[in-house]
Amino acid sequence: MATVLVFGELADGVLNAHTREMLGGATRLAGELGGDVALALIGAELGSAAGEAGDAGADSVYVADDAGLAQYQTDSWLPVAAQIAEQVAPQVVLLGQTSIGRDLAPRLATRLGSAAAMDAVVLDVEGDRVRVTRSCYGGNARQVVTVRSDPQVITVRAKSEEALAAPAGKSGTLESVAVVPAELRAQVTGKDAAEAEGVRLEDAEIIISGGRGLGGAEAFADLERVAGIVGAAVGASRAACDLGWYPPSQQVGLTGTVVSPTLYVAIAISGASQHMAGCGGSKNIVAINKDPEANIFRFSRFGIVDDYKKVLPALEQELKKAAGG
Amino acid sequence: MDAIVCVKQIPDPETPAAAFQLDEAAMKVIPAPGIQPVISPFDAQAVEAALQLRDAAGDGTIRVLSLGPDSARDAIKHGLAMGADEGYHLKDAAFDGGDAWSTALALSKAIEKLGVSDVLLFGRQAADWDQGTVGSIVAELLGLPSVTVLRSLELGEGTINTSRVVQDGFESVSTPTPCALTISNEFGDPRYPQLRQIMQAAKKEVTEWTAADLGLDAGEVGEAGARVQMEALFLPKNDVEVEIVEADTPEEKAVQLVEKLRDAKII
Repeated sequence: MATVLVFGELADGVLNAHTREMLGGATRLAGELGGDVALALIGAELGSAAGEAGDAGADSVYVADDAGLAQYQTDSWLPVAAQIAEQVAPQVVLLGQTSIGRDLAPRLATRLGSAAAMDAVVLDVEGDRVRVTRSCYGGNARQVVTVRSDPQVITVRAKSEEALAAPAGKSGTLESVAVVPAELRAQVTGKDAAEAEGVRLEDAEIIISGGRGLGGAEAFADLERVAGIVGAAVGASRAACDLGWYPPSQQVGLTGTVVSPTLYVAIAISGASQHMAGCGGSKNIVAINKDPEANIFRFSRFGIVDDYKKVLPALEQELKKAAGG
Repeated sequence: MDAIVCVKQIPDPETPAAAFQLDEAAMKVIPAPGIQPVISPFDAQAVEAALQLRDAAGDGTIRVLSLGPDSARDAIKHGLAMGADEGYHLKDAAFDGGDAWSTALALSKAIEKLGVSDVLLFGRQAADWDQGTVGSIVAELLGLPSVTVLRSLELGEGTINTSRVVQDGFESVSTPTPCALTISNEFGDPRYPQLRQIMQAAKKEVTEWTAADLGLDAGEVGEAGARVQMEALFLPKNDVEVEIVEADTPEEKAVQLVEKLRDAKII
């Protein structure tokens, strides 16, 4: 049977939104390919996460739960992922385009004798192949590719697929995977979590982002204050992050986080293609930039051509009024 | 501390969007007039990483390796001008039209032919196709540990201690050598070669190898060996019409913007 195998990730002990989206996408693909959906979960103390999988779209769930898998490390996860893939023998393997997926997918595909297509934004079926639409040339172009070898390994961009609207009520048959301890060569020795203020970029309905045109790190404090009024997250362009003005974890763009909020406010951001690759999926973009020729205006619903320093204080006052009323 | 850095020559990613054009039927980028191709910026950072590791170790040989047409030689020369010692160019019509897999296969054979190096370095992704898989595939083919998307690295005792950029911060990862590492933009600016170094690099010989030199059949490399096939290449549609908020003062523009956002029920 043409199984679509999804490698899931958890957040706070439950399937994260990205995984639910992939299970929704996998259900659609499996329908067209005439197959079923399997979910693989790798980690430690996975608890009840597998229990939700049936409703999220999985016909079967493969769980590798072991203390040694508590955090993602290539050397420990890769053999387990390959073992599950060999057992399931899927036609299609989906992983998230995440820190884990982008590291794991190419090695996993190679180990399985196949190849990976990365960062899909659209998936559709033609015959027994999945056509993958993806961004390239720093966001300047799109390409459609197919993986000609099997299994077709594909990483999927967050928010590009939709989770099932109603519980699928599938059995989600559980299978435990015996974990053989792997030799750890590259080892994680520490974690430095970025202490982002307030709302996470991925979850935010509104994002206020700043770019090189802000002129310095201190301007981000102003952005954070305005963001606080409307419950927005604060993002930054790659240029601003490379200058050290804001942490890389808050970078919106091709090499940072890909976001799709209801409202994306781009302040003093020129709108380079690689930035648009990260925020182009926003439902509404508003740009404030003193350069009327800035690329960002081509993608914006509303624009203000002016010095952001003069606009921002008034914007803050107006949003306060709007929030209060 | 011996290193091999894999680099790629690409259309300049700083090409303004307005000058970026495609031949959609041929699935090719039309070179923008007057804009020269460059070494992929992440790859220049990978060369910089190799130079810094060698400086820390005190000695070592840095080899720059590229697969591509004639123009790939310029990316190799750029690496040599930055301070690398030797250049290797995998050049063969049979390599044309390859994907990440068939490219990585040829690179891995060349790396084997060069013998053991302590570190293999790659950019996190080539800034043309943006797949970001070649470094990991080479590592898998050679059975080496890999650490990807690094913002910094330092030489330890038989190890490289790295800091990896992840979604919610940074991870410290220590890997024994030999290993494969991919470098991200957070690494910082690479050194820019001075004229004197460019002149010296121009005189350095670049070794050219064909598929046969690597023990590969034409059917295993390039388009024939590719596992991922391109079906279409096109410019993204953009059907947004911007409404510029017009008013006499910046303050008034802000007031009107909030009004418009409320009217459109966006906030």
